[in-house]
Amino acid sequence: MRRAVLGPIATLGIAGALTACGSSTPSSATSSGATAGQSLKGQTITVYSGQHEETTKALTSDFAKRTGIQVRLKSDDEASLAGQLLQEGSVSPADVFYAENPPALTTVQEKNLLTTVDASTLSQVPADASSPEKDWVGVSARTAAFAANKSVPAAELPQSVYDLTKPYWKGQLGLAPSETDFAPIVTKIIETKGTAAAKAWLEGLKANAKVFESNETLIASVDKGEIKGGLIDHYYWYRLRDEVGANKLKTTLNYFATGDPGTLVDVSGAAVLKSSKHQAAGQAFLAYLVSEPAQKIIATSHSYEYPLRPGVQPSAGQKALASIAGFTSPLQLGNGKSALALLQSVGLL
Amino acid sequence: MSLLVLVAVGSPLIFVVIEAVNAGWSPARALLHRPIAGVLIWHTLALTSLVTLIALVLGFAAAFLVERTDVPLRKLLRVALVLPLAVPEFVQGFAWVSLSNNVRGYWGAVLVMSCGLYPLVYLPVAASLRRTDPAIEEVARSLGHSQWSVLRRVTLPLNRAALGGGALLVCLYLLGEYGAFAALRFQTFATAIFNEYHVSYDTASASVLTLLLCSLALIVVVGESRVSRHASPSRANADGRVAPILHLGWGKLPACLGLLALLSLSLGVPLAALANWFIRGKSSSLPSTSILSDTQATLAYALVAAIIATVAAIPLALFSWRRRTRLARAAEQGAYLTRALPGIAVGLSVVYMTIHYAQPFYEKAPMLVAGYVVLFFPLALTGVRTALATVPRGIEEVARSLGVRPGRVLLRVTLPLMGPGLGVAAALVTLSASTELTATLLLRPIGTQTLATRFWSYTTGLSYGAAAPYAAVMIAVSVIPVLILARRGARA
Repeated sequence: MRRAVLGPIATLGIAGALTACGSSTPSSATSSGATAGQSLKGQTITVYSGQHEETTKALTSDFAKRTGIQVRLKSDDEASLAGQLLQEGSVSPADVFYAENPPALTTVQEKNLLTTVDASTLSQVPADASSPEKDWVGVSARTAAFAANKSVPAAELPQSVYDLTKPYWKGQLGLAPSETDFAPIVTKIIETKGTAAAKAWLEGLKANAKVFESNETLIASVDKGEIKGGLIDHYYWYRLRDEVGANKLKTTLNYFATGDPGTLVDVSGAAVLKSSKHQAAGQAFLAYLVSEPAQKIIATSHSYEYPLRPGVQPSAGQKALASIAGFTSPLQLGNGKSALALLQSVGLL
Repeated sequence: MSLLVLVAVGSPLIFVVIEAVNAGWSPARALLHRPIAGVLIWHTLALTSLVTLIALVLGFAAAFLVERTDVPLRKLLRVALVLPLAVPEFVQGFAWVSLSNNVRGYWGAVLVMSCGLYPLVYLPVAASLRRTDPAIEEVARSLGHSQWSVLRRVTLPLNRAALGGGALLVCLYLLGEYGAFAALRFQTFATAIFNEYHVSYDTASASVLTLLLCSLALIVVVGESRVSRHASPSRANADGRVAPILHLGWGKLPACLGLLALLSLSLGVPLAALANWFIRGKSSSLPSTSILSDTQATLAYALVAAIIATVAAIPLALFSWRRRTRLARAAEQGAYLTRALPGIAVGLSVVYMTIHYAQPFYEKAPMLVAGYVVLFFPLALTGVRTALATVPRGIEEVARSLGVRPGRVLLRVTLPLMGPGLGVAAALVTLSASTELTATLLLRPIGTQTLATRFWSYTTGLSYGAAAPYAAVMIAVSVIPVLILARRGARA
């Protein structure tokens, strides 16, 4: 945590002692939610969520318990939900859109369907984790990482995404270019080194890679030794570890060196829709998502995402977010069209 | 009536056309000029043709063996051979991937899809074999034709409508399939369309690609009708005689083993994979009691959709069967095209239509049922069409000439003769709808879970052990419609 968090850190001093229980969280967001709670009680909001379903369910039921606001939760792939919101337009029954990645929110934002998030909510998380237009708030984060089979010697583990074009990875590298975490890395390389360099890098990758449609199948193949390694979001490794069992797991989780384009921290955010008839209740849900109790649920859940609220610790054993990289700002990622065009021109998509 | 049905099931196509027109040609041209486009088209064509051929051979052979020969265990096999249809494609694909490192790419896709899709040929052909008049084959035999020659020159042509219908469904399925290929690391045109929705969030250019896919489908549909049109008008088994059973002699055992081998690939492998996930997975737990309500919801939606789709298919199929005009045929062909649309395109179009023209039903049960009807109408149409192919031409005129009113003719003569085919239609829709995922996620009433959505929810968290029971129940409950179907078919 480098900057922009000085304000919350003051409150953190108290909450960070951890003896303070959830109900007495000194955040302005929860207290405003509590006062407004009287009138909002009994309302029902509809949440479209592209996030891990079990974790989101835990969040919505805790929210209902605290505020008396009931939640109708619709879980689906975030791209389908974004598509659905665009079709629904101004008559959407949804009040809140809780996405997995910024591009889904940007797509809805570009059609002018989002409304401004309460300042008191935005102030609970680092400023660069939320939308620069202030119409969605960052809730949790994931990082790009490299899953390697245990057969890979330490000397060959990539320190940089540029190492992945080395001959060692020929036919042994897994990529899921259609997954949302891949294109942002390309965008970062385009921004720092230019389109020509990014293209050369992608062509090198393509020569080495086996292309997967999803991170789930990719990491399973790494674990089976079908390929030696692949680019993934960090939490897939944790979820696989839980399913296979730590002692049987044949995969290690590795991060790229600080400053490398592969050290990407990608934010999941939530927004209230402009067309919502429950603006206050929707804002209360967003305020809840960044509150300490909600962030603790996220930190301890099976989804293994990083909580964004300063002072809430990620689940045990996870490398500290700050030591991996700063947030990749949504502004920097844009709508990702140039990365997509490049991916398509080299034939990875 | 037919027009109404046609407009309803064709609505996604209209939606796709509108979106595509909005996008114009330039994004499509850009997408088609990228290096991967040629590969995708080649993959799609090569896969579709080979799998369809294999499914035809497997489906016909299996149907012939259990319906017309004394192959051992045929009563059991008759039911079991339909069941691979109840294995969702993504389970089918991922099962192989999780058990073997070698089932990948083109040949992997050929293997998995042939195993999963042959029932689409087997079902209509088996129904058709039960209904055709054995007399024609007997005559051919009495004229000195060998068994083989009767099969080739009489039986096959007599069942051309069923074979054609089944092949058509297999082709269209393959054109629009996504889930299995994603697991098998095989890219086709449909996976490219999915990527447009998924990665670019670009409904417009996805729609342009979808239209191109539809034109491929159109070629298939027209081609099939060219073949089936020349099908000899067959005679129904009017006196209800059962075709004589062919004695296989020493061939009994190999035939039975062959069918069992087919079953172990198409049903055994997915079941083994599910068991493996459950035993090995740390997330494995017995599903909560909510699995009962999930099952109930799954079956209820699928059954209602099956009934509506089958009833809706009757007027369209009758119209085309009675008139035999170019227009009637075109109407029928048009109805097939939606089968090649990816689930997400159909889902979004139903979203659009409902929220703008039927808002009270938005995110309510009728919306999901409507989605299933639109998605699986072509399956119902195939079933109904197969049934009609065995109804003797002119029988309605005869009944009417005897003074029976047209409505009564339909109720008393035509529909009873179509009986088993209608069952096939409803079963095909029920089985497919109960495993559908993409459109279900979009269209279900908020808070409702089906077995497929639960399975999805666990697998996205890599909790395969917890997901396995839901897929197992999906397969288990499908035994019910299949059993009813087999019994009905046997009686009729």
